[in-house]
Amino acid sequence: MSHDPYASTRETTEGTVYSVTGGDWDSLVTEIGATKEERVVVNMGPQHPSTHGVLRLILELEGETVTETRCGIGYLHTGIEKNCEYRTWTQGVTFVTRMDYLAPLFNEAAYCLGVEKLLGITNDITERASVIRVLMMELNRISSHMVALGTGALELGALSPMIFAFRERELVLDIFEMVSGLRMNMAYIRPGGVAQDLPEGATAKIRATVKELRVNFKDNAKLLIGNTIWLKRTKDIGILDLAGCTTLGVTGPVLRATGMPWDLRKTQPYCGYENYDFDVITADTSDVYGRFLIRMNELEQSLRIIEQACDKLDVLEGQPVMVADKKIAWPSQLALGGDGLGNSLNHIREIMGTSMESLIHHFKLVTEGFRVPAGQVYSAVESPRGELGVHLISDGGTRPYRVHFREPSFNNLQSTAAMCEGSQIADIVGAVASIDPVMGGVDR
Amino acid sequence: MSQDKSLNSGAFGVSGTGDTSGYGGLVRNKVKPGSSERPFGSYFDDVTDELERAFPEFNDAIEKVIVDRDELTLHVKASHLFDTAKKLRDTETLRFEQCMGVSGAHYPEDKNRELHAVYHLLSMTHNRRIRIEVSIPDSNPHLPSLVEVWAGCNWNERETFDMFGIIFDGHPGLTRILMPDDWPGHPQRKDYPLGGIDVEYKGAVIPPPDERRKYQ
Repeated sequence: MSHDPYASTRETTEGTVYSVTGGDWDSLVTEIGATKEERVVVNMGPQHPSTHGVLRLILELEGETVTETRCGIGYLHTGIEKNCEYRTWTQGVTFVTRMDYLAPLFNEAAYCLGVEKLLGITNDITERASVIRVLMMELNRISSHMVALGTGALELGALSPMIFAFRERELVLDIFEMVSGLRMNMAYIRPGGVAQDLPEGATAKIRATVKELRVNFKDNAKLLIGNTIWLKRTKDIGILDLAGCTTLGVTGPVLRATGMPWDLRKTQPYCGYENYDFDVITADTSDVYGRFLIRMNELEQSLRIIEQACDKLDVLEGQPVMVADKKIAWPSQLALGGDGLGNSLNHIREIMGTSMESLIHHFKLVTEGFRVPAGQVYSAVESPRGELGVHLISDGGTRPYRVHFREPSFNNLQSTAAMCEGSQIADIVGAVASIDPVMGGVDR
Repeated sequence: MSQDKSLNSGAFGVSGTGDTSGYGGLVRNKVKPGSSERPFGSYFDDVTDELERAFPEFNDAIEKVIVDRDELTLHVKASHLFDTAKKLRDTETLRFEQCMGVSGAHYPEDKNRELHAVYHLLSMTHNRRIRIEVSIPDSNPHLPSLVEVWAGCNWNERETFDMFGIIFDGHPGLTRILMPDDWPGHPQRKDYPLGGIDVEYKGAVIPPPDERRKYQ
């Protein structure tokens, strides 16, 4: 091998370390072939197109068989939990929405449900606010599953499903943009309700999108369900049975693929999920294909919930979307203008021109925030990846004392070793894709 | 720049209370919830009764039982943590088969009980949740590892070690998980400042935001 300071070969106590930069595979294979050692440790990632983000896999190989798998994580650690301790309870939403960036509304919902539990206002949340939350979460579940299915297929070499999946995701993101002004990380769900009401004509637009999505999903399904190559790459791959899921704390589609119908929306309903008619999708194969089928079929269930939510919203037209308590509700109602989402001009006019008290109130609540009675809570929602739990501790102040997220990606990713050891190296990609870890959530 | 790096300071050059409004003074009355009295309500009586029946050392192991905001917290002594966890998992009437996570908390003012580890348990069999909490002194931050009881505690305990410095004895490989291996300190402790870390990249050192310019 020619000398290259970034891709040289060096001797260590553990054996020879080879570095590759791509394009030099032939010389590498020749070099490794010359050694007597059968066992090779390969470092896959963190910069790798098939590891679903900045995930680093350390694989011990014997030929094509993986004998040991270790995950290296932390490449996307942003210290969000620590940062939350230095900002008000409301500002926390802006942080947590950035953790699992494919499911921002679930992060917000879990966090806000926790804050509301601490405040003791869970029952004061208006029905309209809860229905909007459900609507947005289910739309988000679709956009998240679309990425899971699209990139999962892409990582296994199927390019077209990804293009179609992202087309569908785009339709959902358009709705997010219409409602909150932002396509991702929208900080839309706030302690006490949601940031603002749906714009006029929103339910009609959502219904039209649902109709379009329902047709498109059929196309998507045709690309993969029953596809021979897809079946060969996913059937009986990455098996993790119920006992494995239980002890490893695995939830979500991976758990439901073992036949266990565990879905927090049914078993421990929140946001009024008990008032919606939908099914919990399970599979009994415990493999990558089962998890893929669950995600595919959950799309239709989400559409059903969205339709019911739209019906409810039409009835609840005009109801407030924030708690009545003005000591908690953010004073400034946002308004969507031509240049995006901003402060409502009416509100600015009031605090700057008419009411000194409103100005003081606004100032106090926005800079200092509201106080939350001391104590701790755990609240959990069913995110697209499993149980997303938040552990909040308050010491009675205006800022959290501790915020901890029980991220489904973090817990589920632990099962990589259990799924992959003993399998072929190519099957690791499928197994990891079926867990659908989002590294922003894993590392927080 | 002299700065008090203790509780709640260090963020973007803030010193003092961090109260940017100037109105509240932000004097916090720290209230610690006391032990709850029976009946606890909901399924909490059943859980404590069943545990008491199945676990002869119940009175030694459980320091206090707190029911707050419809959630049950069992404060367990560190010495009895492993046995309690095993009983909670194995007793048929309890069957907490999943540990949803380990969370740490740092209370520097709580002398000899500075570090807390909080375990959130879920019983899918009975559809119940409880929380167990353990407190240990900062001077001797050791806890038994629960990886043998719930394998999923592996990464959670590594995270709690990484962020709070709690050492889980018997853990199969207690190393840092989110921070780099050679990182000094445990970032989520209260005495660890926010920011204040130089950024190094290819030999150049960039000072942290709070030291780049005076914002005060």
